[in-house]
Amino acid sequence: MLRIDCPWCGPRDEDEFVNGGDAHIDRPEPPEQVSPEDWAAYLFFHTNPKGVLAERWVHSFGCRRWFHALRDTVSHRILATYRPDAPRPDGVA
Amino acid sequence: MKGRYSALAIARHALTGNRHWPEAWRSPEPRAAYDVVIVGGGGHGLATAYYLAKQHGITNVAVLEAGWIGGGNTGRNTTIVRSDYYYPESAAFFDHSVSLYEGLSRELNFNIMFSQRGQLVVAHSRHELDFQRRLVNAMALNGVDMRMLSREECYARCPILNTRPDARYPILGGMWQGRAGTVRHDAVVWGYARAADRLGVDIIQQCAVTGIRRDPVSGAVTGVETTRGLIGAGRVGVAVAGHSSVLADMAGFRLPLRSYALQAFVSEPLKPVLHTIASSNVLGVYVSQSDKGGLVIGGNADAYASYAQRGNLPTMEAALASLIELIPSFSRVRLLRQWAGIVDYAYDSSPVLGKSPVPGLFLNSGWGGGGFKAIPASGETFAHTVATGDPHPLIRAFSLDRFRDLALVDEAAAAGIAH
Amino acid sequence: MSGFRLPRGGDGIDRSQPLTFRYNGRTLQGFAGDTLASALLANGVSIVGRGFKYHRPRGVIGTGFAETNALVQLGEGAALTPNMPATLVPLREGLVASSPTGWPSTRFDLGRLNDRLAALLSAGFYYKTFIWPNWHWFEPFIRRAAGFGTAPALPDPDRYEARERHADVLVIGGGPAGLAAAEAAHAAGAKVLLVEADTRLSGPLPPGVEALTRTTALGYYDANFVTAVEEIDTGALRQRLWKLRAAQVVIATGAFERPMLFANNDLPGVMLASAVQTYIARYGVAPGKAVLFATAEDAAYAAAFAAQEAGLAVRAIVDLRPAPPLAEQARARGIPVHAGSHVCAARGWSRVRGAVIDGPDGAQRIGCDLIAVSGGWSPAVQLFSQSGGRTRHDPALGGFVPDKAAQPTHVCGLAAGLRDLDEAVASGRARWLAAARGDAPTAPLPLAGPPAPPLPPGDNPKRVFVDLQTDVTLADLEQATRENYRSVEHVKRYTVWGMGVDQGRLSSTNGVAALAQLRGDDPAALGTTKYRPPFAPVAIAALAADRPNGALFRPWQLLPAHDWHVAQGAVFEDFGHLRPSHYPPAGESMGAAARREALAVRGNVGIMDSSSFGKIELKGPEAGRFLDLISLGRPSTIPVGRARYNLLCDELGVLLDDGVIARLADDHFLLNASSGHAARVRGWIEDWHQCQWPLDLVTRDVTEEWAVLTVAGPKARDVVRAAGCALPPASADFPHLSVAEATLDGHRVRIQRVSFTGELSYEIAIAAPQAGMLADRLWEAGQAFGMVPFGLEALDILRIEKGFIHVGTDTDGATIPADIGWGKPGQREGDYLGKRSLLHPSASKTGRRQLVGLEPLERQEPLPVGAHVVGGSPHPSQGFVTSSCFSPTLDRAIALGLLADGRQRHGEMVDIWSEGRAFRARVVAPRFLDPEGARLHV
Repeated sequence: MLRIDCPWCGPRDEDEFVNGGDAHIDRPEPPEQVSPEDWAAYLFFHTNPKGVLAERWVHSFGCRRWFHALRDTVSHRILATYRPDAPRPDGVA
Repeated sequence: MKGRYSALAIARHALTGNRHWPEAWRSPEPRAAYDVVIVGGGGHGLATAYYLAKQHGITNVAVLEAGWIGGGNTGRNTTIVRSDYYYPESAAFFDHSVSLYEGLSRELNFNIMFSQRGQLVVAHSRHELDFQRRLVNAMALNGVDMRMLSREECYARCPILNTRPDARYPILGGMWQGRAGTVRHDAVVWGYARAADRLGVDIIQQCAVTGIRRDPVSGAVTGVETTRGLIGAGRVGVAVAGHSSVLADMAGFRLPLRSYALQAFVSEPLKPVLHTIASSNVLGVYVSQSDKGGLVIGGNADAYASYAQRGNLPTMEAALASLIELIPSFSRVRLLRQWAGIVDYAYDSSPVLGKSPVPGLFLNSGWGGGGFKAIPASGETFAHTVATGDPHPLIRAFSLDRFRDLALVDEAAAAGIAH
Repeated sequence: MSGFRLPRGGDGIDRSQPLTFRYNGRTLQGFAGDTLASALLANGVSIVGRGFKYHRPRGVIGTGFAETNALVQLGEGAALTPNMPATLVPLREGLVASSPTGWPSTRFDLGRLNDRLAALLSAGFYYKTFIWPNWHWFEPFIRRAAGFGTAPALPDPDRYEARERHADVLVIGGGPAGLAAAEAAHAAGAKVLLVEADTRLSGPLPPGVEALTRTTALGYYDANFVTAVEEIDTGALRQRLWKLRAAQVVIATGAFERPMLFANNDLPGVMLASAVQTYIARYGVAPGKAVLFATAEDAAYAAAFAAQEAGLAVRAIVDLRPAPPLAEQARARGIPVHAGSHVCAARGWSRVRGAVIDGPDGAQRIGCDLIAVSGGWSPAVQLFSQSGGRTRHDPALGGFVPDKAAQPTHVCGLAAGLRDLDEAVASGRARWLAAARGDAPTAPLPLAGPPAPPLPPGDNPKRVFVDLQTDVTLADLEQATRENYRSVEHVKRYTVWGMGVDQGRLSSTNGVAALAQLRGDDPAALGTTKYRPPFAPVAIAALAADRPNGALFRPWQLLPAHDWHVAQGAVFEDFGHLRPSHYPPAGESMGAAARREALAVRGNVGIMDSSSFGKIELKGPEAGRFLDLISLGRPSTIPVGRARYNLLCDELGVLLDDGVIARLADDHFLLNASSGHAARVRGWIEDWHQCQWPLDLVTRDVTEEWAVLTVAGPKARDVVRAAGCALPPASADFPHLSVAEATLDGHRVRIQRVSFTGELSYEIAIAAPQAGMLADRLWEAGQAFGMVPFGLEALDILRIEKGFIHVGTDTDGATIPADIGWGKPGQREGDYLGKRSLLHPSASKTGRRQLVGLEPLERQEPLPVGAHVVGGSPHPSQGFVTSSCFSPTLDRAIALGLLADGRQRHGEMVDIWSEGRAFRARVVAPRFLDPEGARLHV
């Protein structure tokens, strides 16, 4: 049971949240000018690191707001949580 | 085959105190180079090596395993073998796999204990029955032995299913595959390892791949760096399940996969009480009883990316509450162990097989929670792909290109499973 | 029959409270405070089970969790519990237990014939045979032979519950080290919770510390989250699952004493030395009359002295060490000590009659009926291992000890490998102080302990049992090694060593030591297996206690006017919400009711409940722009007061949902979602708004706040007017696809003129608590017009006649808007979700499955939903039937389906197949009735 620090509400148990996959994926635009490769990269080809992953979470059973987390996919330790408009924190391994 | 297994061999060895059994496979030192290197000593990698040697005459092959063979998902799954797939491409592949499993004990001279007791997927509403009929008809047209069962037929096959009047999800009927069953998972690993070894394949354990060597000009693969030194090979097959993305990263490309922990649970051993595989998609749980007597229980994958082979409580709670809802008398049965394997899912829940962007490097990945049942067909078709350089016809639909081409084979959507 | 109750002693039992219980059909006596195991020993029961494979007799070997033989079936009927260790079962009046093994009885088992065939039943023999002709021929016999106890056949009569608790410090284990850690942590100001599996702590509970006894820690998960199960057994509440979270966790779980390896070490009468001591001291039970101690360390001497003081004959102490420090003390008590010696074999047929020992004094046989063994101590590292911590082999201890913690975890006492009591207590204190200072967890001090005993030179390793429960012998480990099953995991899986209900608690370390010696390796090089939760087997219902079963498994959502529908005689069905499927008078079938209701709507007027439709409001200056980005229908161009049918797609261009969007004001929209998709659409909108397009608007899900009743049919306007809703006099002033606010009896109502039936239709929304009032009012008004209530079955007929789709039923995971007739893929200008995918060639390729109507050749026989259109290649299926009914209005069966290139195939006759039955049907446009929509615009 992860303990996730919602940037708006504070730390809560994992079962209040829903995971939304990779963070910091830019949606390519405009559609008429996006190559099939870039579109496939946006839709499917994400990072899947064994280690620190920047990912999206939503506090579904709380404030219903989205945020980002840096989480180690091996230890499951959450190294940072931050608002979706903030850049990925530096210096967090 | 030298040291052939049989009842007679058991009796003969018994007379000499079982002191002369040969090694099931050798543990050789790695050579400097092989024609083919297979990364990953699970069922897929070992089966590939076996078919390379058996069907293509390529015996200068090494299987590299970071830990001990079968220590990944092949030794961690719920051992179900079935072929109830919706799309013709999937059905053809998985039904071929079931057929190979049916002959595998004899093929390998190793009893893999394929117990074809059938799989029952119950339906809890009229709409789910309609949906099952769509699936069953499609599968039957694809040549898979599927049929619908009435409520009474469901209870005849599995009398301990919930009959309570207050059941939240009453059982109205179901679908049935009689050829489905369970296989002793370790036996698949050991059987393929032993048979491949006899054909000359080197199985190298405790040998982790740390890098992929590529020709600076052509970009083609030339070998792998390992914890036991550099091993040259012009063809490298990657069959490392949930770690496929890590290997792809070493080779400099990305895969459209995400790794998750998929948990399983086993109960204390009981006298026979469950004679089929029982499953419910609405409840999100399935259960079978192993030959040793334990109830083997599976549910949905964990909800976030993970490389930790560890269970947790929320997923277990959900699966076990669902199990009691499906079969109430299992309430008092005690759980012995929970564990997890790391599985890699593509967006469309179908595997990613065949060529990679790196010449000479071949992919056997994206099996999600369905890799175990695929082992024989995967090994056979992957061996063909590695040997000829061309994807086997049975796996062409599962190429990496399908993501760029938006030609997905979306089993999850077809089966009504939300992404 | 040599155990007996001592005349005195037993600080854990109450001799004034005798209890009667039944075991294997016999009525026996014990005392309050006994466990079933101590009571059986007191009654002279020595054989409590049979070996799994060779059916050799087995007796109680330990206490508490250190028991591997005495598994009993507890209770009867619905409360049957299989495979319970008798050492963990508190004796109760009327308790019923039996041993599941042995035929015809546990005491006399014909299966022991297998013991003579042991050489045939070698490790993994079943992998090497039963191949020809087929495993199916043999499997039933193997299945029947395997397994231990019998599963209950009836639903569980007991109740389970779950609770949560947070603490600064969680101490697991109430022994001296755990109590010391708890006391020190409390003194440092921490909120401390201590859990102990036993019924009692080893000493007084430090004031201010909260303790739960009979509570076993099961799982140690991420983020210092620990589960534990508390045995309650009062009334109907059987067990309580604790979900514990602590900033720091102290593991003080002690250690397991190890059995010794010698021939026939499985005979009843071979018992752990610590268990002998416990049975005497706590239960006043002597497990035998004449005892021989086999040891390699000092603790067994205390046990021997205690046994002697209790009146047992201590025949000898056999010590592996050449110069045991306590030998003189023992000899002074008249106990012979054989230093540098070990037991080679136990002798006896159904229980111990003697022991053969060997050493400097030569081999000799010593008569005894109890062999107390102490092969050293293995720290209980299970929870530490579960937490992600690494263990290492400690050669001095001969076992594995905690090494590197992965979480804020502190191990103390025996669990850390500290065998001296004072040191254990000190470590408990020190661990906490270190934790309070924020020190990194450190490795425990190595301490001297016994080396692994040498493997017996015995000529028969088949009788040297490494794992008593799974009947794995030294011969099996030898053979596995020979066959090159070299990893500990391979050996475990090949021989089933450590795979029993006790999870190898007594066998794991001995097995590793034996393997290391067989291979001439260091045990550290072999390593050990990872431990997985739970620490001890636990009822499935206890683990799932936080999730209710039955009706509360996923609680029904009821419509706000549920009672009104009940009063109307509705039959309900599960659609997430419990919704009326039809309203049959007595004796009317569902099909007949649906046809009657559908005809009434077409010909007259009907009322149905639409409250479960999703209702999401979007408000703000940029609401229209945002809706344009997430949907296909360009909602920003909807005039105020009007509504429009709209589609939502995902980024693959696949249909997610459809529904009407109404514009309530310039900056205010109401998005209607399908009932089944409401929650998902809400989350979808919030995600895109928060993370991709944070435009100036707010969203709000008002689904539960408004009840909606739909009046549909040619006389709908009359009914709505009669009910008192002011509608404009002319249809043209409130045309099809309009929305307006009104009042009814002072209540605000929102009226949408939209239709999912193809008839004139008004959806009237009111605050949910007023739903019953609105239903009554409309019902009364409708009486004059012959209005009927109609359910989802009738609605299905009405919408199929019109070709109105249900997304998810009439579409699948590949359907894009063009497939249901929504223009050319990607033609709308501007960006929106899914557009890039719709511009992809795959969206325009041939062979796409498209929505069609199907008219069966047999007019009266509806096609089965899920039937496939067959023929053609390469795929035998050309598509499938998605919705089907008999239309009473058209007096013929009709259906909707998805068909490859279906939009170009109108008029074609196709073959249809379902479950072996064949049908023929004509492909038509998916509009069977009123294709121009004239009935909507009356």
